[in-house]
Amino acid sequence: MKQSDFLKIVFPFKNKVFRFAKRLLVSTEEAEDATQELFLKLWKNREKIADYKNIEAFAMTMTKNYCYDRLKSKQASNLTLIHNNYQEKETSLDKKIEYQDSVNQVHRLIQRLPEQQKIIIQLRDIEQYDYDEISKIVDMQPTAVRVALSRARKTIRQELTKTHNYGVS
Amino acid sequence: MELANIEELVEKYLNAETSLQEEVTLKNYFKEGVIAPHLQEYESLFCYFANTKEEIFTKTIQLETKKPRGKKLKWLSVAASVALLISVFIGSQEYEKYQQEKTLAQVSYALNMLSLNFKKGERAIAKVQTYENTINTILK
Repeated sequence: MKQSDFLKIVFPFKNKVFRFAKRLLVSTEEAEDATQELFLKLWKNREKIADYKNIEAFAMTMTKNYCYDRLKSKQASNLTLIHNNYQEKETSLDKKIEYQDSVNQVHRLIQRLPEQQKIIIQLRDIEQYDYDEISKIVDMQPTAVRVALSRARKTIRQELTKTHNYGVS
Repeated sequence: MELANIEELVEKYLNAETSLQEEVTLKNYFKEGVIAPHLQEYESLFCYFANTKEEIFTKTIQLETKKPRGKKLKWLSVAASVALLISVFIGSQEYEKYQQEKTLAQVSYALNMLSLNFKKGERAIAKVQTYENTINTILK
């Protein structure tokens, strides 16, 4: 496999890998490093990945495992501590502060979810994978994925309704 | 899209029963901005999903490890050690040559002195010879 062929295969999902890593690792720099590291790993194993039917799902699984490893290492756990009260910078500044606040709130709510629900929300609601792919990536039964997803969505809804009713949003 | 329909979809969405297609419908409804008051709390949620998906990985993927630099350093150290060896070798050779020259000079100086003194002795012996010759002629 040549480098250009490889890039052609991985290019379509590099952003997904990056966003996924960022969801788990929080900081942009960490996520960029993770993405870089991951594609290097894939490239080194290029002989093997040719056998996989769904390279994208495989790459996402690798991302998940890699991020877990990073989070377990002491260095990364320091980073999460620092970035706990971190603000989402990417939503454009010229939009209304009010609107940005509520979007930031969604970000915080998702970050507060249990690890597994966070991953499933990311994969389904942001990256729009179907249930079969998600169950492959997280290594769970499709029904269990649905249950976790429903629970996550309901938790977010509940929190949003709370702030909406208080008029704090 | 009718409001009743959307409400139904939202309900299904919360139970994780919507298909991907239906979720796209929901996202489009909330993106359009004309939202029924009792559904407004979902607006930020769906907007957040849409916004987040726009975030992209801006760096280029590097497939080559940073080995070249390490390799260069390795070669550099090899070259440096070779240069050191050669210089030590040449240096020792030069030193030996210098030592040899020094001993040669010393030896030649010593020999010179020897020959000088030898000549003195010779002259003395020549004088003695003259005396002897004179004595011999007288005695004869």
